[in-house]
Amino acid sequence: MVEEEGIPTICMTSALDITQSVKPPRAVFVNFPLGHQTGRPNDPAIQRQIVRDAMHAFESIRTPGDIVQLPYVWNPTDRSWETGDYTKGWMPERPSRDAADVAEAERVARYAK
Amino acid sequence: MPVAYIPRTRELYSDFTPYRWIVNETVPWTPLKKPIAESKIALMSSGGIMYRDQPRFHHEDASYRRIPKHAAREDLYVWHFGYPTADAEKDPNCVFPLDGMREMEAEHVIGELSDPAFSFMGGIYSARKVRDELAPNIVDELKRAHVDAFYLVPA
Repeated sequence: MVEEEGIPTICMTSALDITQSVKPPRAVFVNFPLGHQTGRPNDPAIQRQIVRDAMHAFESIRTPGDIVQLPYVWNPTDRSWETGDYTKGWMPERPSRDAADVAEAERVARYAK
Repeated sequence: MPVAYIPRTRELYSDFTPYRWIVNETVPWTPLKKPIAESKIALMSSGGIMYRDQPRFHHEDASYRRIPKHAAREDLYVWHFGYPTADAEKDPNCVFPLDGMREMEAEHVIGELSDPAFSFMGGIYSARKVRDELAPNIVDELKRAHVDAFYLVPA
């Protein structure tokens, strides 16, 4: 929709099969667990590299639907995340609605000062 | 080998009517108007990022949050139903590369990072809601800001 309005796009992904089905115009794949499409926490080096690669891919992708696959490895010595990611029991329990309401009220109050 | 997420989605939600994936046969395409180094680029993440006192996201929520481009990390919060958010709460750059894009701007890799950036909560079952509610609003934002290109980070 955005492209049809005349704005070129690029899309990160860590789910290659879904992206191959959806076919965004330009995509950049990184084989990290869901929730880390632009890097590991507190690892600015890999975060910068992924963003830099994505900006480069904006210009290097010339064929609609192309997916650039980045070479980064989540953990070279332990690939167990690949077995468990997005399977039953993988999602931690969410806070209850009441707990979330309390946390949100505290957060809002913090900025009201 | 990349993880096959479509079969895992079927398994994870096996108690529900099977999800009807969007299968697009054609790919839209708009060429870049100018080099990335001269382009104004907008950032959007579906990672459920909120700024300061912005409200959290709800189920089937097609709203979005405007995140100032100079937001401090300690003023960013995460709320999402679809992925474990512990790492993103520690460091939103896992799914919302604001620091990285600011650096690309400072290094002139990109022309300019558009202000604000955007985030929504991507765990929306209804593709119709995304297409008919969320996407047109974002397109309006991008046009108002005269962005040249759009960087999306699904999470």
